[in-house]
Amino acid sequence: MKRITIGIGICLLLLATAVAVWLMLANRNPDLDQTAAPVTNHEQQLAQGKYLARVGNCMSCHTARGGAAYAGGRAIPTPFGTIYASNLTPDPETGLGNWNSDDFWRAMHDGRSRDGSLLYPAFPYTNYTKVTRADADAIFAWLQTLPAVKQKNRAPELRAPFDNRALLLAWRALYFRPGQYQEDSSQSVEWNRGAYLVQGLGHCSACHSTRDRLGGIGLKAELEGGLIPSLNWYAPALNADSLATWEQQHLAAFLKNGVTPQRAVTGPMAEVVANSLQYLTQEDVQAMASYLKMRPADNNASITSTDNLQSDEKQAIIASGARLYENQCVNCHQASGQGIPSVYPALAGNQAVTAPLATNPIRLVLHGGFAPSTDGNPRPYGMPPFGQIMTDAEIAAVVSYIRNAWGNQASAVSAHEVNQYRSQEGL
Amino acid sequence: MRDIFLLSPALQPVRLLLLLLFFSAPGWTVSAHAQTGTVPDTIAQRVAACTACHGKQGRAASDGYYPRIAGKPAAYLYNQLINFRDGKRHYPIMTAMLDKLSDSYLQEIAQYFADQHPPYPAPQPGRASAAELERGRQLVHAGDSDNNIPACIACHGTNMTGMLPAVPGLVGLPRDYLLGQIGAWKIGTRKAAPPDCMAHIVQKLSPDDISAIASWLSAQTVPTDSQPASLPVGTRLPLECGSQHALRAQP
Repeated sequence: MKRITIGIGICLLLLATAVAVWLMLANRNPDLDQTAAPVTNHEQQLAQGKYLARVGNCMSCHTARGGAAYAGGRAIPTPFGTIYASNLTPDPETGLGNWNSDDFWRAMHDGRSRDGSLLYPAFPYTNYTKVTRADADAIFAWLQTLPAVKQKNRAPELRAPFDNRALLLAWRALYFRPGQYQEDSSQSVEWNRGAYLVQGLGHCSACHSTRDRLGGIGLKAELEGGLIPSLNWYAPALNADSLATWEQQHLAAFLKNGVTPQRAVTGPMAEVVANSLQYLTQEDVQAMASYLKMRPADNNASITSTDNLQSDEKQAIIASGARLYENQCVNCHQASGQGIPSVYPALAGNQAVTAPLATNPIRLVLHGGFAPSTDGNPRPYGMPPFGQIMTDAEIAAVVSYIRNAWGNQASAVSAHEVNQYRSQEGL
Repeated sequence: MRDIFLLSPALQPVRLLLLLLFFSAPGWTVSAHAQTGTVPDTIAQRVAACTACHGKQGRAASDGYYPRIAGKPAAYLYNQLINFRDGKRHYPIMTAMLDKLSDSYLQEIAQYFADQHPPYPAPQPGRASAAELERGRQLVHAGDSDNNIPACIACHGTNMTGMLPAVPGLVGLPRDYLLGQIGAWKIGTRKAAPPDCMAHIVQKLSPDDISAIASWLSAQTVPTDSQPASLPVGTRLPLECGSQHALRAQP
């Protein structure tokens, strides 16, 4: 009996040691100790920092609606509860006033706060870890020039057990691969620049990937598209296959202007274009577009859409949708589904329409919207909301129709799906 | 936002009317578009989306909920657009619509609707008692000096058609909309730039006062000249109003 107890004890001890060793090894960060690069031209560093803060779209999350820029407070909804973005202004008490560039580097590169506590990955350090020390230093130097705003950070409101930060050690061991971007010498300078921006500051994968039940992104899921948790917009896959029909120049224009002859940006991506991408240089948006168009697709990861309808059932829904389209949509989007170039987007061949999840077209028909004002499209045309004049079944029919007209092929949409989005908080 | 589109069966006729109005809106019923594949490059076409709820030229639909925006002072309309964007007014669809539009475009949109002067409909029949209407008239024209409440006309103009640069008119609005807005100020979900004079006044109004004001205002016929008035030189508003400090600086 005594021997069994000792045996179990030894096993448990070994297991605990193994877990501890795994957590320790997996939480190592190879280039964390890198020191600040010497700065020769301070003005240039600040200009660079301002630009890079735009690339990272820091302001969007770190500014509350109607609040002071970069003073934090915006609620970031997650399936685990709400996290409030922190104050990045140089206020010594409530912001980054007492931080130095080493502290900032540790946050960006290793997801730890100044006091060493682990940051929740709502802050996309899983991407920002790729950023170089010089770029992180430039962003920090620029943030320190902002007007200091005294605004206390609000504690996260997470469900148990996610409110226990120590558990992030295990999360990091599973999902966090620290390390700066490594150049691929077999690829062009442009490709490498695009990869650095997309994987790092651009943190595209934060939305354009399917997250698992722990909110992590598996290697194969990266940039393969998915429903953005809590926001409930579908972010499409970004790879050579999904972008095959996009001309590279149009993809770059989409990022910078929010509009192309056939497309207009909507949903959370409109915010990314408005607050971040429109400020990028032409070279940088081209590099991103070039890299994304060359990214090999992982077909195993792609989500497929199916409906359980009999073919005659589906045809009847589509036919009633066709009549609604003729009445309500045809003047802007045209009988051909081609829209009006650079004014009203084409629906034919538009992956936003035929995405495996019909979330985006449903929400657009319900609530309408404008593309963002950008230098390239300062006075966008708008789409009216139809939710107040069409029933769930009517919207389901018209969305089913546009998903299956002009050569489009996708699952039909049910009135129930439409109804889910009627009462979305915050749209 | 809670099911704002789900209209009760009793409102089905309203729905039909909305449909009718919707399809009589300019912009996307010009059948020539379907053949030519072009649309005019006009501000009217660009903001045609707004008229789905706010009616042709912004004249409001008859549902009594979405307000008339046509002919209101441009600076007032602009302030409201900014307030929706910055969370001082709450209506998720409005916020989502204009969230990413630039200040200069929002100004252009405000100016466009301010320049529209479609006719006003006749006032809706009300159910208020003569006593309630009289109390409303009294408050609008003379205020309540015992409670330090200024007359509505002191800021909103003798004809209640608004005052430049940014005070809105009060006539030609449905009772439900007026109740909704004054109520929102009362519970703090509608705010204006500080000092928020409207909030200050509304706090002193009793629910009965609010009902009386809304009843009387919504029963008035809009005068032929519905242009907003100008504050006579040398006079001041009875209260300091942050929203009247012209247009705000760009953020």
